[in-house]
Amino acid sequence: MELINLYLDMFLSFFKIGLFGFGGGYAMLPMIHDEVVNINNWISMNEFTNIIAISQSVPGTIAFNSATYIGYSATVNLGFAAWQGVIGSFVCTLAVSTPPLIIMTIICAFFSKLKDNPWLQSSLSVLKPAIIGLIAAAALLLMNGHNFIDYKSWIIFAVVFIASIKKVDPILLIILSGVVGLILY
Amino acid sequence: MIPIMRNEVVNKKLWMEDTDFMDMLAIAQSMPGPIALNTALFVGNKRNGFKGSLFSGLGVILPSFIIILLIAIVFTQFKENPVIERIFKGIRPAVVALIAAPLLGMGKSAGITLKTLWITIIVALFVWLLGISPMYIIVGAIIIGLGYFWYLKHNMKK
Repeated sequence: MELINLYLDMFLSFFKIGLFGFGGGYAMLPMIHDEVVNINNWISMNEFTNIIAISQSVPGTIAFNSATYIGYSATVNLGFAAWQGVIGSFVCTLAVSTPPLIIMTIICAFFSKLKDNPWLQSSLSVLKPAIIGLIAAAALLLMNGHNFIDYKSWIIFAVVFIASIKKVDPILLIILSGVVGLILY
Repeated sequence: MIPIMRNEVVNKKLWMEDTDFMDMLAIAQSMPGPIALNTALFVGNKRNGFKGSLFSGLGVILPSFIIILLIAIVFTQFKENPVIERIFKGIRPAVVALIAAPLLGMGKSAGITLKTLWITIIVALFVWLLGISPMYIIVGAIIIGLGYFWYLKHNMKK
Protein backbone atom coordinates (compact mmCIF):
# COMPACT_ATOMS: atom_id res chain seq x y z
CA MET A 1 0.00 0.00 0.00
CA GLU A 2 2.83 2.33 0.94
CA LEU A 3 4.50 1.48 -2.35
CA ILE A 4 1.35 2.24 -4.37
CA ASN A 5 1.10 5.63 -2.64
CA LEU A 6 4.73 6.37 -3.50
CA TYR A 7 4.08 5.49 -7.16
CA LEU A 8 1.00 7.74 -7.19
CA ASP A 9 2.90 10.64 -5.63
CA MET A 10 5.74 10.21 -8.11
CA PHE A 11 3.33 10.06 -11.04
CA LEU A 12 1.60 13.28 -9.94
CA SER A 13 4.89 15.13 -9.36
CA PHE A 14 6.38 14.20 -12.72
CA PHE A 15 3.09 14.80 -14.53
CA LYS A 16 3.18 18.37 -13.18
CA ILE A 17 6.82 18.71 -14.21
CA GLY A 18 5.93 17.58 -17.73
CA LEU A 19 2.90 19.87 -17.90
CA PHE A 20 4.70 23.06 -16.80
CA GLY A 21 8.05 22.22 -18.33
CA PHE A 22 8.29 25.14 -20.75
CA GLY A 23 11.77 25.68 -22.13
CA GLY A 24 12.81 22.06 -21.56
CA GLY A 25 16.11 20.93 -20.05
CA TYR A 26 17.72 23.37 -17.64
CA ALA A 27 14.59 25.50 -17.35
CA MET A 28 12.86 22.49 -15.79
CA LEU A 29 15.55 22.04 -13.12
CA PRO A 30 14.13 24.43 -10.47
CA MET A 31 10.78 22.65 -10.78
CA ILE A 32 12.30 19.17 -10.52
CA HIS A 33 14.39 20.41 -7.57
CA ASP A 34 11.29 21.84 -5.87
CA GLU A 35 9.29 18.61 -6.28
CA VAL A 36 11.88 15.95 -5.50
CA VAL A 37 14.24 17.67 -3.03
CA ASN A 38 12.12 20.31 -1.24
CA ILE A 39 8.57 18.99 -1.19
CA ASN A 40 8.95 15.21 -1.21
CA ASN A 41 12.50 14.68 0.13
CA TRP A 42 12.98 11.76 -2.22
CA ILE A 43 16.65 12.49 -2.81
CA SER A 44 19.31 14.74 -1.23
CA MET A 45 20.72 17.93 -2.72
CA ASN A 46 24.00 16.14 -3.45
CA GLU A 47 22.31 13.29 -5.25
CA PHE A 48 20.28 15.80 -7.27
CA THR A 49 23.48 17.46 -8.49
CA ASN A 50 25.00 14.03 -9.25
CA ILE A 51 21.98 13.22 -11.41
CA ILE A 52 22.41 16.44 -13.39
CA ALA A 53 26.09 15.57 -13.89
CA ILE A 54 25.17 12.12 -15.18
CA SER A 55 22.47 13.59 -17.43
CA GLN A 56 24.96 16.04 -18.91
CA SER A 57 27.32 13.19 -19.78
CA VAL A 58 24.94 10.69 -21.41
CA PRO A 59 22.55 11.15 -24.36
CA GLY A 60 18.94 12.11 -23.70
CA THR A 61 17.22 15.06 -22.08
CA ILE A 62 17.62 16.14 -18.46
CA ALA A 63 13.90 15.86 -17.75
CA PHE A 64 13.73 12.21 -18.76
CA ASN A 65 17.06 11.20 -17.35
CA SER A 66 16.21 12.67 -13.96
CA ALA A 67 12.72 11.11 -14.01
CA THR A 68 14.19 7.68 -14.76
CA TYR A 69 16.96 8.03 -12.19
CA ILE A 70 14.84 9.51 -9.41
CA GLY A 71 12.07 6.92 -9.93
CA TYR A 72 14.57 4.16 -9.21
CA SER A 73 16.66 5.90 -6.59
CA ALA A 74 13.74 7.26 -4.52
CA THR A 75 12.05 3.84 -4.37
CA VAL A 76 15.25 2.05 -3.36
CA ASN A 77 16.19 4.80 -0.85
CA LEU A 78 12.90 4.12 0.93
CA GLY A 79 13.89 0.48 1.44
CA PHE A 80 12.06 -1.20 -1.43
CA ALA A 81 13.58 -3.86 -3.69
CA ALA A 82 15.47 -3.17 -6.91
CA TRP A 83 12.69 -4.48 -9.20
CA GLN A 84 10.22 -2.18 -7.44
CA GLY A 85 12.65 0.62 -8.20
CA VAL A 86 12.55 -0.32 -11.88
CA ILE A 87 8.75 0.06 -11.80
CA GLY A 88 9.19 3.43 -10.05
CA SER A 89 11.54 4.47 -12.80
CA PHE A 90 8.95 3.47 -15.41
CA VAL A 91 6.17 5.33 -13.55
CA CYS A 92 8.12 8.61 -13.45
CA THR A 93 9.22 8.41 -17.09
CA LEU A 94 5.66 7.67 -18.22
CA ALA A 95 4.34 10.55 -16.07
CA VAL A 96 6.73 13.15 -17.48
CA SER A 97 5.99 12.17 -21.10
CA THR A 98 2.19 12.04 -20.85
CA PRO A 99 1.50 15.84 -20.88
CA PRO A 100 3.67 16.48 -23.97
CA LEU A 101 1.91 13.59 -25.76
CA ILE A 102 -1.52 15.07 -25.02
CA ILE A 103 -0.48 18.65 -25.83
CA MET A 104 1.32 17.79 -29.08
CA THR A 105 -1.66 15.70 -30.26
CA ILE A 106 -3.91 18.74 -29.79
CA ILE A 107 -1.33 21.09 -31.38
CA CYS A 108 -1.02 18.88 -34.47
CA ALA A 109 -4.75 19.19 -35.05
CA PHE A 110 -4.63 23.02 -34.98
CA PHE A 111 -1.10 23.56 -36.26
CA SER A 112 -1.86 25.81 -39.23
CA LYS A 113 -4.02 28.11 -37.10
CA LEU A 114 -1.59 28.23 -34.18
CA LYS A 115 1.55 29.03 -36.12
CA ASP A 116 1.02 32.78 -36.33
CA ASN A 117 -1.56 33.17 -33.59
CA PRO A 118 -0.95 36.57 -31.91
CA TRP A 119 -2.19 35.32 -28.51
CA LEU A 120 0.41 32.53 -28.58
CA GLN A 121 3.12 34.92 -29.77
CA SER A 122 2.29 37.38 -27.01
CA SER A 123 2.45 34.68 -24.30
CA LEU A 124 5.78 33.53 -25.69
CA SER A 125 7.20 37.05 -25.59
CA VAL A 126 6.84 36.96 -21.80
CA LEU A 127 7.59 33.24 -21.38
CA LYS A 128 10.96 33.42 -23.16
CA PRO A 129 12.66 35.87 -20.76
CA ALA A 130 10.97 34.06 -17.84
CA ILE A 131 12.48 30.74 -18.98
CA ILE A 132 15.98 32.25 -19.06
CA GLY A 133 15.26 33.47 -15.51
CA LEU A 134 14.38 29.91 -14.49
CA ILE A 135 17.70 28.65 -15.85
CA ALA A 136 19.54 31.39 -13.94
CA ALA A 137 17.61 30.32 -10.83
CA ALA A 138 18.73 26.72 -11.42
CA ALA A 139 22.37 27.81 -11.40
CA LEU A 140 21.85 29.98 -8.29
CA LEU A 141 19.98 27.22 -6.41
CA LEU A 142 22.86 24.83 -7.04
CA MET A 143 25.47 27.35 -5.79
CA ASN A 144 25.09 26.21 -2.19
CA GLY A 145 27.20 24.73 0.57
CA HIS A 146 26.45 21.18 -0.55
CA ASN A 147 28.05 21.65 -3.96
CA PHE A 148 30.63 24.34 -3.10
CA ILE A 149 32.49 22.99 -0.09
CA ASP A 150 35.63 25.17 -0.20
CA TYR A 151 37.67 27.59 -2.33
CA LYS A 152 38.76 24.70 -4.58
CA SER A 153 35.14 24.25 -5.67
CA TRP A 154 35.06 27.88 -6.80
CA ILE A 155 38.29 27.48 -8.79
CA ILE A 156 36.82 24.44 -10.59
CA PHE A 157 33.64 26.45 -11.22
CA ALA A 158 35.55 29.43 -12.69
CA VAL A 159 37.76 27.29 -14.94
CA VAL A 160 34.86 25.20 -16.29
CA PHE A 161 32.73 28.35 -16.78
CA ILE A 162 35.39 29.98 -18.98
CA ALA A 163 36.20 26.72 -20.82
CA SER A 164 32.51 26.20 -21.53
CA ILE A 165 32.16 29.69 -23.01
CA LYS A 166 35.19 28.85 -25.17
CA LYS A 167 33.14 25.86 -26.46
CA VAL A 168 35.16 23.06 -24.84
CA ASP A 169 33.16 19.80 -24.92
CA PRO A 170 31.02 19.52 -21.73
CA ILE A 171 31.58 15.76 -21.34
CA LEU A 172 35.34 16.31 -21.42
CA LEU A 173 34.97 19.05 -18.79
CA ILE A 174 32.97 16.74 -16.51
CA ILE A 175 35.53 13.94 -16.83
CA LEU A 176 38.41 16.34 -16.16
CA SER A 177 36.76 17.86 -13.09
CA GLY A 178 36.11 14.33 -11.80
CA VAL A 179 39.83 13.59 -12.10
CA VAL A 180 40.64 16.92 -10.41
CA GLY A 181 38.23 16.02 -7.58
CA LEU A 182 39.97 12.67 -7.11
CA ILE A 183 43.37 14.38 -6.88
CA LEU A 184 42.34 17.35 -4.68
CA TYR A 185 40.08 15.70 -2.10
CA MET B 1 19.89 16.07 -30.85
CA ILE B 2 17.84 18.32 -33.13
CA PRO B 3 20.35 18.46 -36.04
CA ILE B 4 20.50 14.64 -36.04
CA MET B 5 16.69 14.47 -36.14
CA ARG B 6 16.52 17.02 -38.94
CA ASN B 7 19.00 15.04 -41.05
CA GLU B 8 17.14 11.78 -40.42
CA VAL B 9 13.62 13.14 -41.00
CA VAL B 10 14.26 15.59 -43.86
CA ASN B 11 17.29 14.24 -45.73
CA LYS B 12 17.35 10.49 -45.16
CA LYS B 13 13.75 9.36 -44.71
CA LEU B 14 12.14 12.22 -46.68
CA TRP B 15 9.26 12.30 -44.17
CA MET B 16 8.76 16.07 -44.49
CA GLU B 17 10.01 19.25 -46.17
CA ASP B 18 12.69 21.26 -44.38
CA THR B 19 10.45 24.34 -44.06
CA ASP B 20 7.74 22.20 -42.41
CA PHE B 21 10.35 20.81 -40.05
CA MET B 22 11.56 24.28 -39.08
CA ASP B 23 8.00 25.59 -38.57
CA MET B 24 7.26 22.60 -36.41
CA LEU B 25 10.45 23.08 -34.43
CA ALA B 26 9.36 26.61 -33.50
CA ILE B 27 6.11 25.25 -32.06
CA ALA B 28 7.79 22.26 -30.39
CA GLN B 29 10.19 24.64 -28.64
CA SER B 30 7.42 26.77 -27.26
CA MET B 31 5.41 23.91 -25.74
CA PRO B 32 6.09 22.26 -22.36
CA GLY B 33 8.33 19.21 -22.32
CA PRO B 34 11.72 18.37 -23.79
CA ILE B 35 12.14 19.73 -27.34
CA ALA B 36 13.47 16.41 -28.65
CA LEU B 37 10.35 14.59 -27.47
CA ASN B 38 7.96 17.25 -28.78
CA THR B 39 9.66 17.20 -32.17
CA ALA B 40 9.51 13.40 -32.33
CA LEU B 41 5.82 13.44 -31.33
CA PHE B 42 5.07 15.98 -34.05
CA VAL B 43 6.85 14.03 -36.79
CA GLY B 44 5.12 10.81 -35.69
CA ASN B 45 1.72 12.50 -35.66
CA LYS B 46 2.24 13.97 -39.12
CA ARG B 47 3.13 10.58 -40.56
CA ASN B 48 0.62 8.35 -38.82
CA GLY B 49 -1.60 10.26 -36.39
CA PHE B 50 -1.74 9.44 -32.67
CA LYS B 51 -0.33 5.94 -33.21
CA GLY B 52 2.63 7.42 -35.06
CA SER B 53 3.41 9.81 -32.22
CA LEU B 54 3.16 6.98 -29.66
CA PHE B 55 5.86 5.04 -31.49
CA SER B 56 8.12 7.99 -32.29
CA GLY B 57 7.83 9.09 -28.64
CA LEU B 58 8.75 5.60 -27.45
CA GLY B 59 11.69 5.56 -29.84
CA VAL B 60 13.16 8.79 -28.52
CA ILE B 61 12.64 7.91 -24.83
CA LEU B 62 13.65 4.23 -24.72
CA PRO B 63 17.43 4.42 -25.34
CA SER B 64 18.12 6.96 -22.57
CA PHE B 65 15.62 5.18 -20.28
CA ILE B 66 17.63 1.94 -20.51
CA ILE B 67 21.01 3.68 -20.15
CA ILE B 68 19.97 5.78 -17.14
CA LEU B 69 18.20 2.88 -15.44
CA LEU B 70 21.37 0.78 -15.68
CA ILE B 71 23.46 3.67 -14.33
CA ALA B 72 20.98 4.18 -11.46
CA ILE B 73 21.03 0.48 -10.54
CA VAL B 74 24.83 0.35 -10.46
CA PHE B 75 25.24 3.78 -8.94
CA THR B 76 22.93 3.51 -5.94
CA GLN B 77 25.15 0.65 -4.74
CA PHE B 78 28.31 2.77 -4.85
CA LYS B 79 26.76 5.97 -3.52
CA GLU B 80 28.65 5.82 -0.21
CA ASN B 81 31.93 4.80 -1.86
CA PRO B 82 34.63 7.34 -0.84
CA VAL B 83 36.37 7.34 -4.24
CA ILE B 84 33.10 8.08 -6.08
CA GLU B 85 32.36 10.81 -3.53
CA ARG B 86 35.74 12.46 -4.17
CA ILE B 87 35.15 12.38 -7.93
CA PHE B 88 31.76 14.02 -7.51
CA LYS B 89 33.17 16.70 -5.20
CA GLY B 90 35.10 17.86 -8.27
CA ILE B 91 32.22 17.39 -10.69
CA ARG B 92 29.46 19.23 -8.78
CA PRO B 93 30.85 22.79 -9.20
CA ALA B 94 31.52 21.97 -12.86
CA VAL B 95 27.85 21.05 -13.30
CA VAL B 96 26.80 24.48 -12.03
CA ALA B 97 29.27 26.18 -14.38
CA LEU B 98 27.88 24.22 -17.34
CA ILE B 99 24.38 25.48 -16.52
CA ALA B 100 25.46 29.09 -15.97
CA ALA B 101 27.82 29.47 -18.96
CA PRO B 102 25.26 29.25 -21.83
CA LEU B 103 22.93 31.83 -20.17
CA LEU B 104 24.32 34.83 -22.07
CA GLY B 105 24.08 33.15 -25.46
CA MET B 106 20.56 31.90 -24.70
CA GLY B 107 19.50 35.38 -23.65
CA LYS B 108 20.68 36.74 -26.97
CA SER B 109 19.00 34.06 -29.09
CA ALA B 110 15.75 34.41 -27.11
CA GLY B 111 15.80 38.09 -28.14
CA ILE B 112 16.00 39.53 -24.63
CA THR B 113 16.43 43.30 -24.65
CA LEU B 114 16.79 45.85 -21.88
CA LYS B 115 12.99 46.15 -22.08
CA THR B 116 12.43 42.50 -21.14
CA LEU B 117 15.53 41.81 -19.03
CA TRP B 118 13.66 42.73 -15.85
CA ILE B 119 11.39 39.70 -16.35
CA THR B 120 14.44 37.42 -16.35
CA ILE B 121 15.89 39.04 -13.23
CA ILE B 122 12.63 39.03 -11.27
CA VAL B 123 11.94 35.39 -12.12
CA ALA B 124 15.45 34.31 -11.08
CA LEU B 125 15.21 36.18 -7.76
CA PHE B 126 11.67 34.99 -6.99
CA VAL B 127 12.55 31.34 -7.53
CA TRP B 128 15.99 31.47 -5.94
CA LEU B 129 15.46 33.71 -2.90
CA LEU B 130 11.75 33.49 -2.20
CA GLY B 131 11.35 29.83 -3.17
CA ILE B 132 8.31 30.57 -5.33
CA SER B 133 7.23 27.53 -7.32
CA PRO B 134 8.27 27.74 -11.01
CA MET B 135 4.75 26.55 -11.89
CA TYR B 136 3.27 29.83 -10.63
CA ILE B 137 5.94 31.67 -12.64
CA ILE B 138 4.94 29.86 -15.84
CA VAL B 139 1.21 30.43 -15.29
CA GLY B 140 1.88 34.06 -14.36
CA ALA B 141 3.99 34.66 -17.47
CA ILE B 142 1.26 33.22 -19.72
CA ILE B 143 -1.43 35.37 -18.07
CA ILE B 144 0.68 38.54 -18.36
CA GLY B 145 1.43 37.77 -22.03
CA LEU B 146 -2.24 37.20 -22.85
CA GLY B 147 -3.28 40.25 -20.83
CA TYR B 148 -0.75 42.44 -22.61
CA PHE B 149 -2.07 41.42 -26.03
CA TRP B 150 -5.68 41.94 -24.88
CA TYR B 151 -4.69 45.43 -23.69
CA LEU B 152 -3.01 46.25 -27.02
CA LYS B 153 -5.97 44.98 -29.04
CA HIS B 154 -8.44 46.86 -26.83
CA ASN B 155 -6.55 50.16 -27.13
CA MET B 156 -6.04 49.86 -30.88
CA LYS B 157 -9.79 49.61 -31.44
CA LYS B 158 -10.32 52.99 -29.75
